[in-house]
Amino acid sequence: MSRLSIITQNRAQATVEELYKDLERRIVASPPGLCPVDMAASFLKLCHAQTCGKCVPCRIGLGQLEKLIDDVLDGRATMETIGLIEKTARSVYLTADCAIGYEAAGMVLKALRGYRDDFVEHVERGRCTSEISQPVPCVALCPAGVDIPGYVALVAEGRYADAVRLIRKDNPMPVVCGLICEHPCEARCRRNMIDSSINIRGLKRYAAEHAGEVPVPKAAPATGKRVGIIGGGPSGLSAAYYLALMGHDVTIYEQRRQLGGMLRYGIPSYRLPREALDGEIASMLSAGGIHVKQNVSVGEDPSFSELRSRYDALYIAIGAHNDKKIGIEGEDAEGVISAVEMLRGIGDGETPDFTGKNVVVIGGGNVAMDVARSSVRLHAEKVTIAYRRRRVDMVAQVEEVNGAAEEGCEILDLAAPFAVEKDEGGRVKALRLKRQIIGPVSRGRPAPRNAAQEDLVVPCDVIVVAIGQGIETRSFEKYGIPVKRGAIEALNWSGIKDVPGVFAGGDCVFGPATAIRAIAAGKVAAANIDNYLGYHHVIGTDVAIPEPGTYDRAACGRVNLRNRSAADRVRDFSQIEQGMTDEEARQESRRCLRCDHFGYGVFKGGRTRKW
Amino acid sequence: MVNLTIDGKKVAAKEGITILEAAAANGVRIPTLCYQEGLNEIGACRLCCVEVKGTERLIPACNNTVREGMEILTNSPKARDARRTNVQLLLSQHDCRCAVCTRSGNCGLQRIANDLGLAETPFHIDIPSGTWTKDFPLVRDNAKCVKCMRCIQVCDKIQGLNIWDVANTGSHTRVDVAGNIRIEQSACSLCGQCITHCPVNALHERDDTAKVFEALADPEKITVVQIAPSIRAAWGEAFGLKPGFATVRRLVAALRRIGFRYVFDTDFSADLTIMEEASEFLEKLRNRERGKFPMFTSCCPGWVRFLKSQYPDMVCQLSTAKSPQAMFGAIAKSYYADLLGVDPNRICCVSIMPCLAKKHECDIPNINGAEAGKDVDVVLTTREIDRMIRAEHIIVEDLPEEDFDEPLGVGSGAGAIFGATGGVMEAALRTAYYFVTGENPDPDAFRDVRGLRGWKEASYDIAGTTLHVAVVSGLGNTRRLIEALRAGEVRYDFVEVMACPGGCVGGGGQPIHDRQELAGERGRVLYGLDRVNHLRFSHENPAVVSCYRNYLQRPLSHRAHQLLHTDHEAWRMPLDVYGRT
Repeated sequence: MSRLSIITQNRAQATVEELYKDLERRIVASPPGLCPVDMAASFLKLCHAQTCGKCVPCRIGLGQLEKLIDDVLDGRATMETIGLIEKTARSVYLTADCAIGYEAAGMVLKALRGYRDDFVEHVERGRCTSEISQPVPCVALCPAGVDIPGYVALVAEGRYADAVRLIRKDNPMPVVCGLICEHPCEARCRRNMIDSSINIRGLKRYAAEHAGEVPVPKAAPATGKRVGIIGGGPSGLSAAYYLALMGHDVTIYEQRRQLGGMLRYGIPSYRLPREALDGEIASMLSAGGIHVKQNVSVGEDPSFSELRSRYDALYIAIGAHNDKKIGIEGEDAEGVISAVEMLRGIGDGETPDFTGKNVVVIGGGNVAMDVARSSVRLHAEKVTIAYRRRRVDMVAQVEEVNGAAEEGCEILDLAAPFAVEKDEGGRVKALRLKRQIIGPVSRGRPAPRNAAQEDLVVPCDVIVVAIGQGIETRSFEKYGIPVKRGAIEALNWSGIKDVPGVFAGGDCVFGPATAIRAIAAGKVAAANIDNYLGYHHVIGTDVAIPEPGTYDRAACGRVNLRNRSAADRVRDFSQIEQGMTDEEARQESRRCLRCDHFGYGVFKGGRTRKW
Repeated sequence: MVNLTIDGKKVAAKEGITILEAAAANGVRIPTLCYQEGLNEIGACRLCCVEVKGTERLIPACNNTVREGMEILTNSPKARDARRTNVQLLLSQHDCRCAVCTRSGNCGLQRIANDLGLAETPFHIDIPSGTWTKDFPLVRDNAKCVKCMRCIQVCDKIQGLNIWDVANTGSHTRVDVAGNIRIEQSACSLCGQCITHCPVNALHERDDTAKVFEALADPEKITVVQIAPSIRAAWGEAFGLKPGFATVRRLVAALRRIGFRYVFDTDFSADLTIMEEASEFLEKLRNRERGKFPMFTSCCPGWVRFLKSQYPDMVCQLSTAKSPQAMFGAIAKSYYADLLGVDPNRICCVSIMPCLAKKHECDIPNINGAEAGKDVDVVLTTREIDRMIRAEHIIVEDLPEEDFDEPLGVGSGAGAIFGATGGVMEAALRTAYYFVTGENPDPDAFRDVRGLRGWKEASYDIAGTTLHVAVVSGLGNTRRLIEALRAGEVRYDFVEVMACPGGCVGGGGQPIHDRQELAGERGRVLYGLDRVNHLRFSHENPAVVSCYRNYLQRPLSHRAHQLLHTDHEAWRMPLDVYGRT
């Protein structure tokens, strides 16, 4: 025997490592609606297999917990069983020697805290409270419920116009979403079980860009009903589109010069080119019967009640356009601007000139990245993004953060601004920041605190504050529209309690969120306004979905979209992301597993043909 | 057309059809279990998986379409092994005590296991447990369910009641009552279509044969049995008898062998129903401004349950006439007890029905009119009476034809067609015409309402009044009609509704032939019986005429009301009279 030897993995161990990866991907693709008690039992079995076997609580206790939870699942349990599970898990948690044991017991305790009623339901009625309502993961996770397997299959067949028609049934903004959607649909794609999710947004963009002019469907006969929409952003426009198709007479009141809301006044054109946005809005307005009044601020003139009396129904979709103050010393200095203000100006073509300037952006969200990257394009000498937590904690999408870094933005994380230094003229001179250390997890996120380090001073000429947006609720509150935590309080069907005929949705209800959520809210509002007006117009499409044709599913890499080189793209505001090639779109669309046809989708809920 | 090969044979198939259809069209049988054409094409059992050359994984033939150049092997070693394994897996979770199963010999799982010659299964036996409401007319046995989902599909897609759903996920997935409620709390119409669409015995009727054997053995009891119209078109199927041989008169003989004292015909009370319902309708027409139209027939208790749970505000539009079964029970324990000169409490009134809802109907507290306990004591389905005939070792091939007993054994052709969709309407119109004009119409004058279409409409002129009538069968069709009525899209004076597609001939208590809908064939038998009957009009049934003359006086009389009509509003749906195990 040699004294020491190089450790090499044996075949079994290497295979288990591979299986770990498979399992990780599988957990990512876990479909919504599974029985949580069953999942707890399954997790526990895995945890128990990880036990080394030295200590009693972990070696025996986890096994006994497994059996007790199985009793719950198999109808052998009583309410006492639940008590015993809790007591045993607590004991394992308190006495296990290492994390393998106490964290496993902790998961059981968390489950009991989180869904005890489901354990009880199993004991009392032998069944689970949760159910699979929408079995196709991508459709389930798309706020607008777009028929994704349907249009992906259409792309595979080269039927791009049909793909656009199918998307428009649920989402009238395929072009915009093809470019900037945050694609929650991809998160739990079942394809993850094989390799990785389908590039759904990329395929949508491809379809929209290759479809040519696709006329919108013919509107239903005019109903004579009038609907007023306050706000011409994605939510208001979507509601207007569907209501117009239903035959209602729609008027949009837009506060700014142009329609588009945050799509225009929030998202820079290098992500969403203006021609694309304008084209999309034009096609939505072509649904007919939509009047647009720009530069009208509802509140003073006309007042809300005036508007209410003029229309049979109203939809409030004003978005979240107020900037939030950071509340630090010297914030009033000249040169401190808000991200909202800056992007709004750019939206209307009033671009500031940052030539030679040092810009500091405060914040870690998508808006912070947008203003930072815009500043680069406005010829700033240097752009620094200051963020309280770690870079990995940023809420901005990873590709946005990476994009900013590639374009030369410096990311200064773990730095909390506490004062703005001014020069004699009251102008920004520098930003003072406290160094942070990342600390214990609080409410699910590691929280930063002041570190025992010296303060940082970052000299700068411009500070852009991008720490979130608020909602202008005052003029609606006056009229009796309920407001809760700074947002308009609407019900899940967009109606407002005790205010018949008034609906609200989008960012002004759930706070700054995504375009697709705003669009979905517009769709929901349109459906319920239609019902409120006494109709039941059906929105559907006759596009025939291709039969699936592929049965074997060999693993295949996902096609990711590429960007123009950083050096090239920082020179202008032109689009940076490049679409798929024909070859890529063909391959990517055929990776789709067609969960509408294979699995539960073929039985129930696989396809909603109309709403 | 696409060209492909199936098991080495070159075939051309229509584009867009499934592999299963293409195989069937070319004489290749691929085994299936969960599949039912047009209803359940979900590929759940995986028994129809076939090998497609060039593809590693097997493909279910039932829901994948043929493609040009496909080379399909339905019995390759890979396909054969996988099929056997999947059947064995199903068997590991199925209560395989076939000897004590009433579907033995008529079970999709048993058939395929036998066909494959399975002598054993290598898996642990893991039969799921489950509880059910004792005494509910519909029984679900979780230990038998193969999760083919057909019950869910037929209730959703055909009946539109959505009573069943998938409960739980993972290995605990099972079929259960939707919405986490118990069956007796649900809006189940008791149409029994889920039973006749179940490939195994996971769903069946509550077996009441023991109660009947007990009554037959009791010397104090006078057993009186009635045979519903649709039974005569179906009872012989379980014995492989042809309809021409399995006549109702041979069934009469069988029932006498079993020991029933008096064997009567529900056709008689169907005629009585027509007398009352036609009179009620004409009365309603005369006072049009006071009533709500259309008037609905009330002889189908599945439909009554449906209306009460789904559109309670329209229950007032039901005819107050009881169903023929209930009228028979009331008459048997009053008029007939008088004729026999016996205490009606000694009579045990049994009925043979194509239906589970009838089992419920006789339990409705306010249905009874004769004041001698329940008017109808026990309801047996066609399947149960077939089992009794088997249990008594009766050689059905040797049965002679025997007559019904008198007088409640006399029925007209109009009574016989009650068992098929449109029959009640046609019978009622024949008599209504006579009541209005004093003359009989051509008995086939109203034939437009016959046939299997789910929603039929017709208009007839009777003495200058135009009547708009409609006939629906199947509760999904019924809901469409009611929604159209409520939306003002259609207007009718009189509507016949049958819960089961095709009417009672397609009833949930009828013999089960997996994946065959026999309502059409059985209905033709009834219309044939109507055609050859010398009585074509309910009002000409001499037994009915003398019942009125000697006992009821006239339709809608006080006594007729007491015995033959009911208040549909007097009980609640769901009717919670059942215990729980």
